[in-house]
Amino acid sequence: MAAYEKLVRQYDRQVFRIAQHIVQNREDAEDVVQDAFLKAYEKLDQFQGNSKFYTWLVRIAVNESLMRLRKRRTGRMVSIDEDVETEEGSMPRDLADWSPDPEALYGQSEMGDILRKTIQGLPPGFRVVFVLRDVEGLSTEETAETLGLSIPAVKSRLLRARLQLRERLSRYFKRGQKQQAQDGVK
Amino acid sequence: MTCTEFLAQLDEMLDQDAAIPLRADLQQHLEDCEHCEITLSTTRKTIEIYRSHELYALPDDLRERLHKAILAKCKKC
Repeated sequence: MAAYEKLVRQYDRQVFRIAQHIVQNREDAEDVVQDAFLKAYEKLDQFQGNSKFYTWLVRIAVNESLMRLRKRRTGRMVSIDEDVETEEGSMPRDLADWSPDPEALYGQSEMGDILRKTIQGLPPGFRVVFVLRDVEGLSTEETAETLGLSIPAVKSRLLRARLQLRERLSRYFKRGQKQQAQDGVK
Repeated sequence: MTCTEFLAQLDEMLDQDAAIPLRADLQQHLEDCEHCEITLSTTRKTIEIYRSHELYALPDDLRERLHKAILAKCKKC
């Protein structure tokens, strides 16, 4: 049990972050963390050493998160394939350059709100790929294995997710944006 | 090289170490096309910003509470 406690301490923050990104609700994310670590403990004998423990744990956490989303949406199926057929973001439209230091435009708390709101607008199937690959730093292969997707599917979703986020963040970060917003208030 | 062809390579460019020089045709397109240069630099910035901000931190008190709950459940297995 002491060894497992060590694993919980090693990976709890990542599992909580991933769960929050998917379920977008703190209570559900707390439940996902508990359920994912409990399931992993129960199934430890099924864990194949050919993948990393972390990748295996994340797979359990992603599935638990999708189940929570489904429950909250009163039984409607939620999968990582949902809404991924959209054409949005496949070609950049807003081509204005950003301010040289967009992070200086907003305070820490305001920036956090902008980033959360923006990523929450992505379809779950794009959001989860972006989070695993770009935020948590899994490789393309690990992301594919974790989500049960092919490598080309991961690459395609990642590109679309990145372009959609970029497009949406441009509203806040493009050159002169803050000044325009302030002028509008005057 | 067209912008669509350039865009198809965007992930490779973003994923590679920034220190590695780009292939000559990609580099040439970047020098000639301001739109693609902006797309590459702002997409790279998008990733950096998300990577450097902890959007969902796990507070210490909640963390301890979760640990206790997880270990109590595991002990009952």
